Amino acid sequence: MILEVHHITKRFGGLQALTDVSFGLKEGEILGLIGPNGAGKTTLFNVLNGVFPPNRGQVIFRGEDITGLPPYEVARRGIARAYQVVRPLNELTVRENVMVGACYGREALPLAQAARVADEVLATVGLAGRAEQLAGSLNVAQKKRLEMARALGSRPYLLLLDEVLAGLNPSEIAAMLDTIRAIREGGVTILMIEHVMQAVMSVSDRVIVLDYGQLIAEGSPEEVVNNPQVIEAYLGDPQMTARLMGE
Amino acid sequence: MRPWARLGFWLPLGAVFVWGLVVLLLREDTLRETTFTLMMFVGMASSLNILLGYTGYVSFGHIVFFGLGGYFGFYLLSQQGLWLLPAAVGGGILSGVLAGLLGLAVLRLRGAYFALATIGINEAARAFVSNFGPFGGATGLFVNFQAYQAYGGAGPALWTTFMYLWLVTLAVLLVSALVQGSRFGLGLMAIREDEDAAMVMGVAAPRAKTIAFMLSAFFPGIIGTLYFFKNGNVEPGDAFQLHMSIEALVMIMLGGQGTVVGPALGAVVYQGLRGYLLTSPLFKSLHLAMAGLFLLLIVLFVPAGAVGWLRHRFPRLRKVLT
Repeated sequence: MILEVHHITKRFGGLQALTDVSFGLKEGEILGLIGPNGAGKTTLFNVLNGVFPPNRGQVIFRGEDITGLPPYEVARRGIARAYQVVRPLNELTVRENVMVGACYGREALPLAQAARVADEVLATVGLAGRAEQLAGSLNVAQKKRLEMARALGSRPYLLLLDEVLAGLNPSEIAAMLDTIRAIREGGVTILMIEHVMQAVMSVSDRVIVLDYGQLIAEGSPEEVVNNPQVIEAYLGDPQMTARLMGE
Repeated sequence: MRPWARLGFWLPLGAVFVWGLVVLLLREDTLRETTFTLMMFVGMASSLNILLGYTGYVSFGHIVFFGLGGYFGFYLLSQQGLWLLPAAVGGGILSGVLAGLLGLAVLRLRGAYFALATIGINEAARAFVSNFGPFGGATGLFVNFQAYQAYGGAGPALWTTFMYLWLVTLAVLLVSALVQGSRFGLGLMAIREDEDAAMVMGVAAPRAKTIAFMLSAFFPGIIGTLYFFKNGNVEPGDAFQLHMSIEALVMIMLGGQGTVVGPALGAVVYQGLRGYLLTSPLFKSLHLAMAGLFLLLIVLFVPAGAVGWLRHRFPRLRKVLT
């Protein structure tokens, strides 16, 4: 197990965002994390990479307890994250954006090597031609790719992807899925939050389902879509249910 | 690529080097005095730029490090009998350490809250020094005229002070250029663009910000000591002038924040303009109002400053204008 999550509970004042969440992640696996809006998926990511500490529970990464470490310490241990809402460093070039990841990520590379890694990574995500451009000048799909490139630049063991497909058109989604598979081939374990069901079902080895901050199901994509609890959780969202049933 | 392999790295350094050398060779008192003021602001603006331009934190009360460091250096010099250079470095160290301590507390604040806190610190320091016995309270400190004899008389003492200021200015520009071209500087710029995202990428923001704050406070402390030694006295009213903080901001914004050349260029241009305004009968009491107007116009129309605009407009210049 590369990541073990034990009994994570997170409260914001009176709001119970996560309740006793436990799961594990095997090395080289792609684990999909799904759930209705407000289920606590992004909160779980925030707890995993140290944006805020949990009230209870433990996060064990590669045998080390990383619970409550600040995000930059978590990043150095090899967990990278791509945000749902893209956060490019606008006034820096595309290459420099990726270099930040490489300089301060797991390998903590010096500048010159970071620049080389950045160029490699930009080639994998298809942004090689835009290395010199300011990040602020990219379009949304390109910014999503940059978000991925930045996470990859740090050469992580574990990659947290937060809805990287949202807002992309079908051909862009297909291209992004290929990129995700290629990343896994490169030996990176992936935990991904996704709303585009077809995509998450096709790419994940396993899926876990959060609802109201609780883990309600876990299993292969087929098992999960046929789980009555999961269907019930999504019933508030008829469109989503229909899509799930249709799989 | 190593930062010193670029032409742009040497441009501001070379310019200030030649400029100071020419003044030292010409040995003319008036020229020395005007150059002293100019270089002082080049140094002040460039050190503030490490925090404002690279890290994105606006310190409105940055003059506190000039004032307090200067006071301490001047105290070491006039009361403890230290030589000018160690006294000035002492002033710089005090400013740096103070920034480190303050940084732990106030760098948790972001944006406008940080800017407001720095103004508060400046006013608090002024009130403290006005009531602090060893620093002479409200009347301040002065050097005995005899003290200049150790430097070969008042005239040579002024030239020595100028030479030190020239070297300090070069040091500020060197540090600024090295920071800009380094891994550390990249981390600072990531903080400037999005602090939370930077931390998730592994930038230890609290430590990096504190180091940037200390660097940007260290040099003003040295410059303050040199300035007060040149004047022969220091008093609270001279040391903590908030408008000098604002003027340093105007210089940075005018020349281009986050670049090495920009703040230096901005300082020279602004001082030139100020000299003109102060001597013109029409504007002489309005120069601060004009500074405010400039700041407004720059922020509205050329937020990147002159150098930033040039870099944007002519990408080829990027290698030269860093």
